[in-house]
Amino acid sequence: MKQRNISEFLDKIKENPYKEIVVKAPHCGYVEFVVTQKGVPVSGPEGKYKEKPGTLLAYIVRENNKKPIFALENGAISEIFPLKNKEFVQAGTPLLKIRHYLTKQEVIDLILQKTLYLVKAQEKGKYYFVPEIDKKIGTKGCQSVLLRPGEEILILNVMKREKYISYEGPKGLIYAIYFKQGQTLDCGDILFGVCPQEDLESIKEVIVKVQSEWEEVRIG
Amino acid sequence: MILLDVEKEVQILQERLDYIKDIFAHKENENIVLLQTKLNDFVNSYKQLSLSESKQKLKSLKELFTFLENKLDRRLTPMDKVRIVRHPQRICLKDILENVYDNYTEIGGQDEYSIDPAMLIARAYITRKVGNKIYHQPVMVIGQEKGHGEEFRNGGSVKPWGNAKALQYMKVAERENIPIHTYVFTPGAYPIEDYPGAAQQIARNLYEMAGLKVPIIAVFSEGGSGGAEAIALADTRLMLSHGYYSVISPEGAAAIEGKIKAKGKITPELVEKCAAQLKITADDNLIMGYIDKIIKEPPLGARPEHYDFFKVLRNEVIRATDEVVLRVRGINLFRSLALRKLNSPNIYVRWSLTAKAKARLVEERYAKFRQMSKHAYIDNSSWIDRLKEKSEEALWGIYSLLRYDFFKRNKQKIVHLWEDLKGESLAVIDRLQRKVSFWVCKIPLCKKYNQKTCELVSLSKWQEKEPKNRYISPQARVDRAVSCPNAEKEGCLDQWAPDLFGDMAGVCAYCGHHFPMEHEWYLHHVFDPGSIKEFNAHIEAGNPLDFEGFSHKLEKAKQLSGHKSACLTFEASVKGIEVVVAVLMAKFRGGTVGAAEGEKFIRAVEKANLKHRPFIAYVHGTAGIRIQEGTNGVIQMPRCTMTIRNYLEKGGLYIVVYDTNSYAGPVASFLGCSPYQFAIRSSNLGFAGPGVIRETTGIEIPPNYHKAYNALSRGHIQGVWDRRFMRDNLYQALLTMGERKLYSY
Repeated sequence: MKQRNISEFLDKIKENPYKEIVVKAPHCGYVEFVVTQKGVPVSGPEGKYKEKPGTLLAYIVRENNKKPIFALENGAISEIFPLKNKEFVQAGTPLLKIRHYLTKQEVIDLILQKTLYLVKAQEKGKYYFVPEIDKKIGTKGCQSVLLRPGEEILILNVMKREKYISYEGPKGLIYAIYFKQGQTLDCGDILFGVCPQEDLESIKEVIVKVQSEWEEVRIG
Repeated sequence: MILLDVEKEVQILQERLDYIKDIFAHKENENIVLLQTKLNDFVNSYKQLSLSESKQKLKSLKELFTFLENKLDRRLTPMDKVRIVRHPQRICLKDILENVYDNYTEIGGQDEYSIDPAMLIARAYITRKVGNKIYHQPVMVIGQEKGHGEEFRNGGSVKPWGNAKALQYMKVAERENIPIHTYVFTPGAYPIEDYPGAAQQIARNLYEMAGLKVPIIAVFSEGGSGGAEAIALADTRLMLSHGYYSVISPEGAAAIEGKIKAKGKITPELVEKCAAQLKITADDNLIMGYIDKIIKEPPLGARPEHYDFFKVLRNEVIRATDEVVLRVRGINLFRSLALRKLNSPNIYVRWSLTAKAKARLVEERYAKFRQMSKHAYIDNSSWIDRLKEKSEEALWGIYSLLRYDFFKRNKQKIVHLWEDLKGESLAVIDRLQRKVSFWVCKIPLCKKYNQKTCELVSLSKWQEKEPKNRYISPQARVDRAVSCPNAEKEGCLDQWAPDLFGDMAGVCAYCGHHFPMEHEWYLHHVFDPGSIKEFNAHIEAGNPLDFEGFSHKLEKAKQLSGHKSACLTFEASVKGIEVVVAVLMAKFRGGTVGAAEGEKFIRAVEKANLKHRPFIAYVHGTAGIRIQEGTNGVIQMPRCTMTIRNYLEKGGLYIVVYDTNSYAGPVASFLGCSPYQFAIRSSNLGFAGPGVIRETTGIEIPPNYHKAYNALSRGHIQGVWDRRFMRDNLYQALLTMGERKLYSY
């Protein structure tokens, strides 16, 4: 993705820096709204371990089981679907819409998802870079490592069995590493992201721009 | 005296005034205002005065300070005393080591280079000159070190490994046959579960201290609940006059009483009120009998410059050690008399003990704690009941003596005699029987049908199975669906309450989560039907401190639960094995332990001891020690642990099963000291709940921190049981851990 494209993508996010989350009925039952007005700020789960539930939005009652429905993100109520209080709803019926203002990290994640080629763990096990790459990362940093398709880059260790993994993506530099060597990873966990050599500077610029300019709006 | 000296004296007076202000905190006091005004006047005027006039004025100012300090000392409230012991200028253990003992070497660490700088251990000695001879008497000094504002000391809040270190050196002292002097300077233990675990280690300390065969003298300055008990189970417990000994900090009690959540503000008035109601001062504890003597401190508390106080302290710890040793030693008549009658008698007592004296020492320690807190519970039993109880005890005593002592010792002889007698009789009977059978079989009608043939040709009899679901939970009587708390993660579907709390015994059919069940469920599903015989039901929880509003709450709890205390004790059997059981019921004030619960627990253990039966503690839930009973509750920790030790030493089997939520004092003493601890799945156990950990340590713990499986990984319990198989698991535990000989001779 060229710099212009990345900037355009950021502008597009800036035009509408929100994520609309539709809160649906988890199962059938009688719905009782707690939040009844549009624009009410709500908060998602809090605490280090997200152990404190978010704002109570509604209850859904099935067979005398009054189950609370909590907000899963910070934001404000943008829409309350036209349902009467204590009306019977089917599973999946939309109840409310939360307008969530994207955070700095979420914007960065969106940009990186769009621009990076992500290398994922093929199977459960411990992953290591091959010694040459590891040495290069140690001395010059990951963004100096150029990967070519077919090159052996990783060693997968499962039960003392070692397997070399070749890189199959486009030619590019490692932008960021998302795993710790020697740690057991699950299948599908992201290992690192690769970006084309010519895009590196532009991605960096945009990220810096987001980090310095993006204002976090905390509603609720 | 030169001008510089005057300035120095002024500075000292200013420091004294600052200290007074700190002690009385927010409170306005005319005496403090007067001192401030007089000092300010002097500071503003002394440069204009001649040296002799300054000297004169300074002298009178100092006298005024002393006079008003004495006056203020008489007006100290319990909360003021709390502020005294927490003040950075308060004497600390290092000051005591420097001034009370003649020489010492710090062991097990030095300052911040220690496994836990909050726990200080030193090998010290006291030199005494008696007659012309000089004696060096070695002693192991153990205590919490707060330091004078040293951050790394963590305010004397000891981590589990610090308490483990203390225990290690207590055992060293025992091996070396030297007394232990412990100094309690702690606001409470550091409540983390990392191995060896706060609760488990305190329990281990208490258990071991109960049987230490050397004199232990404890001196209390700041006795904060479980953390204090970890080193305070002693033969003589002394207390500094300005110290406090309490179940909880006054702020903690105020937060609970005022039902204030973590971020809420507690008013200073409420804290003052709680401090007064908890009866935490030395005088209160002396009246209640939890300390033996008060050591008088200088006005407004001892500080490092009070050298005379250290002299007094030295005499008191020496005297206390002498007294303990003489109590258990042979020739002691005149020396005991001298110790009692004279202020500082010049006598010598050797502090090492003989084997017999050691045994007596442990016995006396047990007897001392057994007698405590008798006033703190209600026992309305009539003299007939008591007589019945005593005679039953006496009969069981005789029976146990014959069966488990006499028979055990002469078992071989009796068995041999019985075998001989049986053999002789069989020889006669067999011959006679054969003759009779021969003649009877001749008669056709009386021909005996072979029983074996009968069994093979006829239908087998229907065997009655144990009736299922004898107890129906009130939760199962409600027509509603219930969601599992793990539904989001595990995808559990909603379950119908009558199914879930009926057939499924409160266990989620999808993920195995255990919903809390009433303790009655266990009574019906774990023990043999009709085998439960409750005892000591008349022992009633009271309000020994007259804590405001607590009597009403207690009455409500009694009505709600139908029990008089949170502890239910009974005899029962599990698949035929007779056991004694104590249950801590969560529905009675959260299963908190006070004097009544402690007494019932002790009596149950004694019964198990007397009848030679395994003892099971089923903890349906406990929130800890009942704070409204103050030290009457805390003292149950050493009391019950000592009884447990006594029981286990005599060969008993003690099994603890935790359910729902079990925290604090009981887990850190008489429950945690069990070698066999199990937990019902989905239960939580630990020293302090998440809120307390956050407040005291600032650590945000993960939501599953206290879960049974984590406790199992940390090595605090020995297994996690499924509720539905508790009966089988308990039976298995009784067979494998107790061995058959425990209950069938």
